[in-house]
Amino acid sequence: MDRLLEERLFKVLMLSSLTMVVGSLFAVVAVVVLNGAPALTPSMLTQTPKGGYYLGKEGGILNAIIGSIYLAFGSVLLALLISIPAALSLQRDYIKKTKVAYSIRLSLDVLWGTPSIVYGAFGFTVMLYLGMRASLLGGIIVLTLLQIPIMIRAIDETVKLVPAELKETSYALGTTRFETTFKIVIIQVLPGIATAVLLAFGRSIGDAASILFTAGYTDNIPGSLLDPAASLPLAIFFQLGTPFPEVQQRAYASALVLLVIVLVVSVASRALGQRFSKHILR
Amino acid sequence: MLVAAAFAGSLAFIVILALYLRSKPILDTKPLSELLLNSSWLPSQGSFGLYPAILSTLYVTAIAMMIAVPLSILSAIYLAEYAKESLRRRVLPLVDLLAGIPPVVYGVWGVLTIVPFVAYIAPVVGSLGIPAAGAGRYSTGFSLLAGGIVLAIMVFPVIISITVQVFRSVPFEVREASLSMGATQWQTVKHALMRVALPGIAAAVILGFSRALGETMAVLMVVGNVFIVPSSVFDPAYPLPALIANNYGEMMSIPLYDSALLLAALILLLIILMFTLAARLILIRIERRVTVG
Amino acid sequence: MPHISIRNLKVSYGAHNVLKDITVDIPDGQITAIIGPSGCGKTTLLKSLNRLIELQEEVKVNGKVLIDGDNVYDPQADILSLRKKVGFLSQKPCPLPMSIYDNIAFGPRIHGVKGKQILEQIEELEKHCPNNEVCPANTRNTARTHKNGEMDLLVECYLRLAGLWDEVKDRLRMPASKLSVGQQQRLALARTLSVKPEVILADEPTSSLDPVSARLIEEQFQMLKQNYTIVLVTHTLRQARRIADHAIFLYLGEMIEQGPASKVLCAPCEAKTCAYISGEIS
Repeated sequence: MDRLLEERLFKVLMLSSLTMVVGSLFAVVAVVVLNGAPALTPSMLTQTPKGGYYLGKEGGILNAIIGSIYLAFGSVLLALLISIPAALSLQRDYIKKTKVAYSIRLSLDVLWGTPSIVYGAFGFTVMLYLGMRASLLGGIIVLTLLQIPIMIRAIDETVKLVPAELKETSYALGTTRFETTFKIVIIQVLPGIATAVLLAFGRSIGDAASILFTAGYTDNIPGSLLDPAASLPLAIFFQLGTPFPEVQQRAYASALVLLVIVLVVSVASRALGQRFSKHILR
Repeated sequence: MLVAAAFAGSLAFIVILALYLRSKPILDTKPLSELLLNSSWLPSQGSFGLYPAILSTLYVTAIAMMIAVPLSILSAIYLAEYAKESLRRRVLPLVDLLAGIPPVVYGVWGVLTIVPFVAYIAPVVGSLGIPAAGAGRYSTGFSLLAGGIVLAIMVFPVIISITVQVFRSVPFEVREASLSMGATQWQTVKHALMRVALPGIAAAVILGFSRALGETMAVLMVVGNVFIVPSSVFDPAYPLPALIANNYGEMMSIPLYDSALLLAALILLLIILMFTLAARLILIRIERRVTVG
Repeated sequence: MPHISIRNLKVSYGAHNVLKDITVDIPDGQITAIIGPSGCGKTTLLKSLNRLIELQEEVKVNGKVLIDGDNVYDPQADILSLRKKVGFLSQKPCPLPMSIYDNIAFGPRIHGVKGKQILEQIEELEKHCPNNEVCPANTRNTARTHKNGEMDLLVECYLRLAGLWDEVKDRLRMPASKLSVGQQQRLALARTLSVKPEVILADEPTSSLDPVSARLIEEQFQMLKQNYTIVLVTHTLRQARRIADHAIFLYLGEMIEQGPASKVLCAPCEAKTCAYISGEIS
């Protein structure tokens, strides 16, 4: 029977595809770990680049680690300040016309696909216009733009799940719209916000193209918002670009550091999402 | 609150407008057709032909999709239709994890494994006389093919997770109806489920395509960055995002240079927005059908 | 006609035992009604007969279902020919996502029935239904001359058999989902019959239909029982009384009573059956 043959053939094809896909994940992790681990020394994590670092001399990537953390935390904070009110206002309580909310959601979903290099180019253009130099602040602003669609939509999805009865109950007690939103709805949405934060954090700490021109690069740890800031992705990129094997080794080690941060964050967001959602009314 | 929503909603337009205003100077001095179809890129002599970069972008994306589409769709069908719930629960998070790995890390991985691999196979494949493979030329490995392979892996999670969702949204009864007549599982997928799932798969592929089109760092690191019209998959290339990333810093010194690069960004953005919009509209229709039906 | 014997059948979902040791024979060429309060395992028992139950997650089946002496749960058993032999009609009619025509042609196509075999199938069908004209002479003639004429004829015959032909003959290429729910269920019946089953399993086939469509389906069953063994899960006692020849009463996963419908439904022996019949438990 040839249809049984076809069944078997496609099953084999599907299984081998799946193996390749999952295998490629393990391959990426394994290759980065195997190449990065030998070069990863304590001094790399605790020192800033000394003179001649990029020629293979002493130093570490503390500047990039700190820079990345500043950039990611700053941008997540700023993005939250915009995203929480924006996501909450997409409820029926505020925007009466469903068409308007629909178009905003659609435009955010479309924005999600915008490549980060375009954000980078846009950010740099605006910074030139404002007369700003590449700085921590510039990087934070561009990363914020990158996160806004991710965050708003992630929070919005959990806001949509808040039962209408809960809001009705609250309104029936004579509360105002703002009281209902910020005292009742927000409790239900908190786990969604937590997941959104981690999602956006992971995305922003790993992104290089958008901060290439906007955050700059420096061997120092930034002291103020207007100083340029180094970042892990760019540290990897620049170290890999040198012709010295010792420095390239350090690029692998830096990639391992970044990979570990990102994997920890995304595993944490998953665990957190599951743990929080137990206490939520559906 | 509403201000925040309005700002977020109009962000796309703000970005487009800003890029347009800044790319206007070059559009005023040169016809668009020359910018798009001319292949000489000599900014210092005022010649800005984006053609090789556009072609490189399309090639590298096409290679990525040729690898990613069949592998992702077959994997997704297995996960959605064949795998037990327990396997699905274990594999889908891994796929999500794959999506979260930063582009730079993919780039490092590409440099460590894919680039040497491509350099190794280039003379072997070239000697076989396949047209697109070049005539047994030496290749450094930094090439269209390396870019395509790295991109393909970055696109897997996009296509897989949407396709799995689309298949899971097909009512259970359709499977029951088909299987209860003695159809094999693959016949059920091919004849019954595929019809319902096809628009969703199309949307997944389009979103994957847009992702590949705009990806910068990972491609930049493995594609070679030589401004030529590539003639084989083992040739280096210079896609649009890489072009912008590598040159934007120095653009201030030459007139019109930044305008040309922002035009490249604008073109990239418009193409991607168009595709993403189409894909989103398809997915919204599917979602409605599920909630209504 | 095949003989179905169920021996010590136990079915559980995870830790939940749905069927506890069912042993029963299903009489050939009759309509057997499975009755009982909701959640007692009626549908599970029905779907166990052609192994559709295995589509559920974490289901475990123990015991035997013998059809013509062969255990369908034998690891060597051919599940595809089992399902071809034992057709299934679901509670909510589910048209396949294709045209009316293709819904009927689907079965023969997947089993690779072509050309002469189709004509043989039609002749066989006619022998079964002497007093019901399923294949008028004029269409038979066109079948010889037209391309794909055989399949056209087959589609027409089965649509006539299900009493749907006159309603849909002008719109065979229309998506089947555009039909009314009652028409969809008759289409589903025609589709089930098109693969030449010997047993028809029906899971509350009229519960989502209007009274007129429901009556049409019941009439079809009365006619079909001459040639098919029919097992029917029903939610209404009245329907069981109208059309069943044999009845099985299930309660909480156990078979309480079985026998001729007149006896089980009108003068049951067991106290629980009495209680159900009189409406005390539902």
